Amino acid sequence: MVGLFVFPCSDSFYSEVFIMKSQNSLRPTSVQRKPKQTLADWMPKIVMAPTFIVTVVCMYGYMVWTGILSFTSSRMLPSYNFVGFDQYERLFNNDRWIVALSNLGVFGGLFIVICLFLGVVLAIFLDQKIRAEGAIRTIYLYPMAISFIVTGTAWKWLLNPTNGLEKLVVDMGFEDFKFDWLINPDMVVYCLVIAAVWQASGFVMALFLAGLRGVDGDLIKAAHLDGASTFTTYRRIILPSLKPVFFSALVILSHIAIKSFDLVAALTNGGPGYSSDLPANFMYAHTFTRSQIGLGSASAMVMLGCVLAILVPYLYSELRGKRHE
Amino acid sequence: MSNQTIKQPSKVLNNVLRIALYTVLLTMAAIYLMPFVVMLLTSLKDVEEIRSGTLLSLPSTLGFESWQKAWSSACTGSSCEGISPYFLNSFQIVLPAVAISTLLGALNGYVISLWKFKGSDLFFAALLIGCFIPFQVILLPMARTLGWLGIANTTTGLVFVHVVYGVAFTTLFFRNFYQSIPEELVKAARLDGAGFFTIFYRIILPVSIPIIVVTVIWQFTQIWNDFLFGVAFSGFDTQPVTVALNNLVNTSFGGKEYNVDMAAAIIAALPTLAVYVLAGKYFVRGLTAGAVKG
Repeated sequence: MVGLFVFPCSDSFYSEVFIMKSQNSLRPTSVQRKPKQTLADWMPKIVMAPTFIVTVVCMYGYMVWTGILSFTSSRMLPSYNFVGFDQYERLFNNDRWIVALSNLGVFGGLFIVICLFLGVVLAIFLDQKIRAEGAIRTIYLYPMAISFIVTGTAWKWLLNPTNGLEKLVVDMGFEDFKFDWLINPDMVVYCLVIAAVWQASGFVMALFLAGLRGVDGDLIKAAHLDGASTFTTYRRIILPSLKPVFFSALVILSHIAIKSFDLVAALTNGGPGYSSDLPANFMYAHTFTRSQIGLGSASAMVMLGCVLAILVPYLYSELRGKRHE
Repeated sequence: MSNQTIKQPSKVLNNVLRIALYTVLLTMAAIYLMPFVVMLLTSLKDVEEIRSGTLLSLPSTLGFESWQKAWSSACTGSSCEGISPYFLNSFQIVLPAVAISTLLGALNGYVISLWKFKGSDLFFAALLIGCFIPFQVILLPMARTLGWLGIANTTTGLVFVHVVYGVAFTTLFFRNFYQSIPEELVKAARLDGAGFFTIFYRIILPVSIPIIVVTVIWQFTQIWNDFLFGVAFSGFDTQPVTVALNNLVNTSFGGKEYNVDMAAAIIAALPTLAVYVLAGKYFVRGLTAGAVKG
């Protein structure tokens, strides 16, 4: 679920979208050829209609529907017996949900910070006229092509306490080495971080690398002529100009974190107990297997709230930034 | 931009730095590669070797039994036919879904960039925000809808779902690409009497090859790797390969066969890995091109 959100940063994108320009100047001959133009005028709308309908119904309509269900006492089947905010109250009194939320905090925080750090550092390192850069880049990025289910399966084996990395290190002579995070309720969430970072950090690297290649070369030459060191050039000129890349990476990564579901399903299945549950897994379990549709819907709405809490300020700042230019 | 190794005080220091740089880069490359290497090695060992050796110990003989078993006889929860039927299911879901969502995206992008009408930009904004919503808020209503439409637990149903939630992305791709086509081109063609579809076929499609490739690859990867929709909306015999793999790994009859798990995981990853290796450069270039313009 990545990549796409990158596009929005391109120049005047949001301002174009949100400040609706009515561009009807496209129809120069409407006076002479009125009858023939009618169908042509409708064509764009007809073509857009299917997408319009599914967007309105299947995105916004369903969102509202889930919102309504979150205020009902629905259990196995949707019912419309309204109970106000009861489900939300139950949700935040539910230990499993609190665990899932705090896991999201830990997982999301570490995942984002480590990915950004690795992404920037690797991109800068790779940008030093490295031989075989293409090959190295391909290696860093390939996990992104793999499904989280495959990633989870692979890491489940690597992190296996009896046969996995632990044994590898023990056999190397470190007899007391212990690495049992996968079955340790306090540490299992870090296993999710490891696997997710492995998967996504290469992509962040690619974003920053592309950003670095886009920095104005004259600016850097000028800085060097002025006697700035490489380090200073990076700190004062190059990195600040990567701010937009940084923000889109941040939005993409937090989006991945909030939606993470498959990785948990494959790597830990929420366990031990429910110690590695994330909100998405909580929602799925309650809606589809535990017959708690009302509660599951409430948790979905909280997830939506989290996404909006990140998205709205981002869009707002994009818009404001563009207007002030 | 290129940060050439500019005049550093000493050449020796410079060389040391270069060596350190390469060491870091190659170490990281090894770390990124390690899980895949381990998967491959494990899939080639037998159960006894897995137990006695370590992750990185080499298999004593090259045996493909676990691959065979993963493909055609391993148990995935409900049945024991390996993951091959589900591998084919995935193709049956992915191919139509990619084709339809790409076509719709191209047409939508064409309208939004070159045939603007009142409200088309607002609609695009609404569609975009839809890219970001967590799918958890639509899961249950969609499950009900698929039931009403009579396509619950079918391949058709999954194709439908992937098209519905993929079209926002594909539209975004094409719209951004078509933004760079001068409107005058369309204007001129209209003056010459060309209609909506003629212009699309004759003028727009021929220049769209790069973005079509990017979109197809993107959609293919996304849909192939999907697990959430697969697990929520598929029936026993329409499961995509990701769901089957997860079932296989989490089914435990007797001893755990890690070699079979790993073989199945590699099989499930092969199509997208192949696409990445063959066309990855193109894909990444397409994706990041938009990111750095701002």
